[in-house]
Amino acid sequence: MATSKGPALAVAALATAYAILFLGAEKQAELAALLVGAAVAVPLAARFGLAEKVRSSIGANEGFFHAAVITGALITALWFHDEHFILLMMTTSLLLMVAALGLTVQFGYAGIVNFAGSAFIGIGCYTAAVVTKYTTLPTVLTLPLGGIMAALIGSILILPVLRTRGHYAALVTIAFGILFKTFIEVNDTLGGPQGMSVGSLTLFGWSFNDPIHVGSFEASFYLSYIVVALLMLALCFVLVRRLERSWIGLSMDAIRLDEIASACYGLDIARWKIVAFTFGNFLAGMAGALYGHVLGFIAPNNFTFGDSLILVSIVLLGGIGNPWGVAVAAAFVVILPEKFQIIQEYRFVLYAVLVILILLFRPEGLLPRRLRRYLPAADVKGSA
Amino acid sequence: MDITLFGQYLMNGLMLGVIYGLVAVGFTLFFGVLDVIKFSHGDVLTVGAFTAFATYLALKAAQVPSPWLQLLAMSVVAMTSMAFLGALIAKYLVLPLRTAPALNTLLLTLMLGTVLREGVRLIFPDGSNPKPFPRLLPSDAFSFGAFTLRIDTVILLLSGLAMIVATHFLINRTKLGLAIRAVAQDGETAMTMGINFTAIVLITFALGSGLAAFAGVMNGLYYNEINFGMGLLLGVFGFSAAVVGGLGNIYGAILGGFLFAGLQTIGAVALPFASAYKDVFALAVLIAIMAWRPTGLIAERTSERV
Repeated sequence: MATSKGPALAVAALATAYAILFLGAEKQAELAALLVGAAVAVPLAARFGLAEKVRSSIGANEGFFHAAVITGALITALWFHDEHFILLMMTTSLLLMVAALGLTVQFGYAGIVNFAGSAFIGIGCYTAAVVTKYTTLPTVLTLPLGGIMAALIGSILILPVLRTRGHYAALVTIAFGILFKTFIEVNDTLGGPQGMSVGSLTLFGWSFNDPIHVGSFEASFYLSYIVVALLMLALCFVLVRRLERSWIGLSMDAIRLDEIASACYGLDIARWKIVAFTFGNFLAGMAGALYGHVLGFIAPNNFTFGDSLILVSIVLLGGIGNPWGVAVAAAFVVILPEKFQIIQEYRFVLYAVLVILILLFRPEGLLPRRLRRYLPAADVKGSA
Repeated sequence: MDITLFGQYLMNGLMLGVIYGLVAVGFTLFFGVLDVIKFSHGDVLTVGAFTAFATYLALKAAQVPSPWLQLLAMSVVAMTSMAFLGALIAKYLVLPLRTAPALNTLLLTLMLGTVLREGVRLIFPDGSNPKPFPRLLPSDAFSFGAFTLRIDTVILLLSGLAMIVATHFLINRTKLGLAIRAVAQDGETAMTMGINFTAIVLITFALGSGLAAFAGVMNGLYYNEINFGMGLLLGVFGFSAAVVGGLGNIYGAILGGFLFAGLQTIGAVALPFASAYKDVFALAVLIAIMAWRPTGLIAERTSERV
């Protein structure tokens, strides 16, 4: 029984070190070496049974592992405390993780595909912009408000999404995503194609856009945003994991796998689909509101159909319904094109080709979700 | 509203209707034979338009003088190469996923659309910016009182309609069309009757993609501008037209095309808010229609198999 905390801690430490090396690497050759190293090391570790050890260690000490990962992320952020750009990348990937978690609940659990993910992020961003520009509400409220707005506007789609299936449902969300972008492009109150600036997040009279000075320690203002984003991600992550394990998650799984059978067993299909859809949109909107503050300036071109597809790719690359996979995929999807300037221009093509290959050869995603374990503490052999 | 403006909007609406109809027929054909939605269809249209444009540039460099010859060459090259591309996509990307969930095909073709779209943007010189599509048709105008009718619009409309009629003829009057309809109705039974399933699927995809290329050339000639993103919206509207008309139904697709174009034109003309919202209006109506009739106005005739 490998239930010691060692492997879990080792993985968190390794991931932190890797993140620091990767984010700090300046030369393209170093980055390539790091990538190749990971691509070789991870399958090798899996080959020698290390992955199984790590998995059971994490499974037995989940709270400890979460704490270790959060500490690791904080250490990484502190390491780069005066590098604006790296911190911005980290914040972006953290927030995309939150949004992708929302999509995971919709797609991975309840089986509703949402091709308007970036539109819901956009709703959050624009809520933050409107609140800071036109009202005097405390800016911390933008985060829940962004989520609520996304959930509310998303509720317009509930009826068509519930009534349609398959391609037809996909058409509804695709149409909504394009509708949203076209709408903000032509709406002058929302800045039109030029976009809007978003005010700073302030808490107890302290603006998040001010650099941090504590004694002789100086840090970029992004550091404070990272802390908030990390907090948000941790909360959402725990919430999603709890949801997955609860009977709500079980109901959603049943509905995704077979609607008719679940209806026969008395599950209220409409209710759980609404819950999943609204909850997912809320997460995307909340992440979007904070993202708006972080960016400081937003325009319709941040929320294109291509960006929605990237969100879907994250969910798919990570393994449908696997929150950890989604987190790793989001980090790579954000950071890779920024670090390799050559591929920045080609990022849409690159991810599209990757997803096509995955769909053809490994349709369950890179890190597929594992089967439900009803007795989490028991290390059942061959339960994968 | 005066008659001039009305005439313009009418012609514009008809033109859009033909273009959407051509795209929608493709969607409906694919759905008919394979029960799949090929979402890269709009982007095939883009690639077709750009292929035609590249052909034009090549012909200009080779100093071919006659605009009619240029047009003919452009259409033929664009349509055959897109037909080939469509068959390739069907063979290597759509058919292998036959047994996978329908959603995977949808995702795959969405991503393929991205690849095509971005491919055009990256490969074509200065592809991020719109390209001026040449005016090759005579632009003389007839006047009926206040109402002017440009001859190029008439030619485009007529050739689009001719293409639709030809497709209709092909599907309903030829042996090949019979085979396509047989495969659409029941693939397995069609196979036992000696129809080559794979070949028919490939031909159908080639046919639909060729039509899309034609629509792309039409679109370019009408607006005199093409850009790498044009296929996305045309694809969504074409798909909407097919869905509104009922997938798998060729008449429905054409009807849906005109209906959708009409909606957009009404959105631009008759509604109180600015015409900039015409796409927003059309998309909102589309979502409302989907909520009202979840499988389109002419409903899909299948029962749910448990």
